[in-house]
Amino acid sequence: MALFGKKTRYTSVTVRKRDIPDGLWVKCPGCGEIVYRNALAEALQVCPKCQYHFPMSRAERIALLTEPASWSEWDAHLRSADPLEFTGATSYREKLEENIRTTGHPDAVSCGGARIGPHEVALGVMDFAFLGGSMGSVVGEKITRLIERATAERRPVVIVCASGGARMYEGMLSLMQMAKTSAACARHRDAGLPYIAVLTNPTTAGVMASFATLGDVIIAEPGALIGFAGPRVIRETTQQELPPGFQTAEFLLDHGLLDAVVHRRDLKTVLIRLLDYLAPAGAAVPAPAP
Amino acid sequence: MPSTYVLPFEKPIAELEQKLRELHRFSEEQDIDVSGEIRRIEEKIRELRRKIYSELTPWQQVQVARHPQRPYTRDYIGAMMREFVELHGDRRFGDDAAMVGGFATIGSHRVMVIGTQKGRDTKSNVRCHFGCALPEGYRKALRLMRLAARFGRPIVTLIDTPGAYPGIESEERHIAEAIAVNLREMFTLPVPIVVAVIGEGGSGGALGIGVGDRILILEHAYYSVISPEGCAAILWKDRAYADRAAAVLKLTAADLRRFGLVDEVVPEPEGGAHAAPAMAATLLAAAITRALDDLVRVPSAELLDARYRKFRQMGIWIEGAADAVPPGPRDADPAAGA
Repeated sequence: MALFGKKTRYTSVTVRKRDIPDGLWVKCPGCGEIVYRNALAEALQVCPKCQYHFPMSRAERIALLTEPASWSEWDAHLRSADPLEFTGATSYREKLEENIRTTGHPDAVSCGGARIGPHEVALGVMDFAFLGGSMGSVVGEKITRLIERATAERRPVVIVCASGGARMYEGMLSLMQMAKTSAACARHRDAGLPYIAVLTNPTTAGVMASFATLGDVIIAEPGALIGFAGPRVIRETTQQELPPGFQTAEFLLDHGLLDAVVHRRDLKTVLIRLLDYLAPAGAAVPAPAP
Repeated sequence: MPSTYVLPFEKPIAELEQKLRELHRFSEEQDIDVSGEIRRIEEKIRELRRKIYSELTPWQQVQVARHPQRPYTRDYIGAMMREFVELHGDRRFGDDAAMVGGFATIGSHRVMVIGTQKGRDTKSNVRCHFGCALPEGYRKALRLMRLAARFGRPIVTLIDTPGAYPGIESEERHIAEAIAVNLREMFTLPVPIVVAVIGEGGSGGALGIGVGDRILILEHAYYSVISPEGCAAILWKDRAYADRAAAVLKLTAADLRRFGLVDEVVPEPEGGAHAAPAMAATLLAAAITRALDDLVRVPSAELLDARYRKFRQMGIWIEGAADAVPPGPRDADPAAGA
């Protein structure tokens, strides 16, 4: 509205990536604001301006959800092989080495036993930073062992999902992990035990079409991209314009595909409350801490 | 059904077949006996076909698996089975033309047969999305499988799909859940399940009806975690590298057998199933019947246990040293890549 026939004058500041000292500041993909990295860490990796949920490291996620010192990791010794001897522009071996180096983890999921409030659970935490959280033999095997051990020890399962799907570099061995993990879910379910899936940004494709969707309760973090096929593939195949907010957690909630979208600061509280209701009857439920 | 669609590497065969037709015409028109020459060319065609089909590259295998004249699910049902009673719908939303199912009889077995269906022409392909099933397709499949289980009928699934349908409605009706629930529930059905990949085994869309006690794959079918084109787009930023992608993905029947992911490779007639569909159906019917003969004798608890163990052992990894932690920054700053 030009009341005085005068154009509004803007001062535009172009902030180029190289202007930002590496490591200290980060640009929020949600609102475009430049956020101080330490402030972000203190705010559970959630943008203070727009509540955009940044990815969390495994250590941060475990600290967020579990009681101090209650985490004990299981099956940390499993390593990816290169059964297909896969070579593209770079080889799978090189990719693995690079991802192990940059993340400090041997593969894309950490599994273990932990306490969430008073509940002894089997917890899996996926890591998108490791090869897009993709599921190859190791991820499939670790998730399966996690669920099997939970069945044997009568623990609820909680899996924090983040994945681009099955790992291409292990071909059909990866695809079959979908069946394997789902089989373990079937037995855990038959044993009358609860499983809560937490979908974080992004959870898609082969992981979404297996254990991520098999939770008795499925909750998602705000804004998380969740779906089966990628938006680009859908656009190219169908030549359709995608609706606004397509494949976000909120879109899925609107369509009745999720139980709840929960802000990260409330995640632990909601998990404890759900586990209070879902904890298997007959199992000793420790009294909540005073 | 004489094959009229010629794949690039089949050209030498097509040329000889053309020559043979000309010779037949010449012989008829001129009333000259050229039977010696005809026999010679026929033998040459057989030999050439044998040679070409025994040396197919993985990408050529994919092309054979996608051959538009290859028999599809309904063709196999028609040729292998009798007394087919088709059943429709998922009882929730709709009836997916890309997922066919119903009771049928094969050998001495009354079974539930379920399979993904491709179209032969534009009209039928529009109806069944080129063989890409929708959520209601997978839910229809599960409904029929549960029906079969309730009445003790074994299940036969036929897989021929480029993948589950990637569309807005698929996501809105939760294709991921439809597939995931099938995977889980197929481990609980107390009747024999025989799975046969007859053409394209396209990723999760194929696996969505692919859990079973016996996994068969036709000689020239393929089964892959991603399409060669999709893989090429990721690795080389260009779908034109699909031939290289097909090779690195190890998606052929022989590769899958080597990795222990399928139980049996069912031979196809020389020149592929499209060259002799009736023969292809006979070979597949024999393999399915054999599998059913074995499986119907197994008590259901044992069957379910074996099915679990079968998929449980899939995967190849290294059991590293228990205390070995890879070098590098544990938990690099999570915002680093943002």
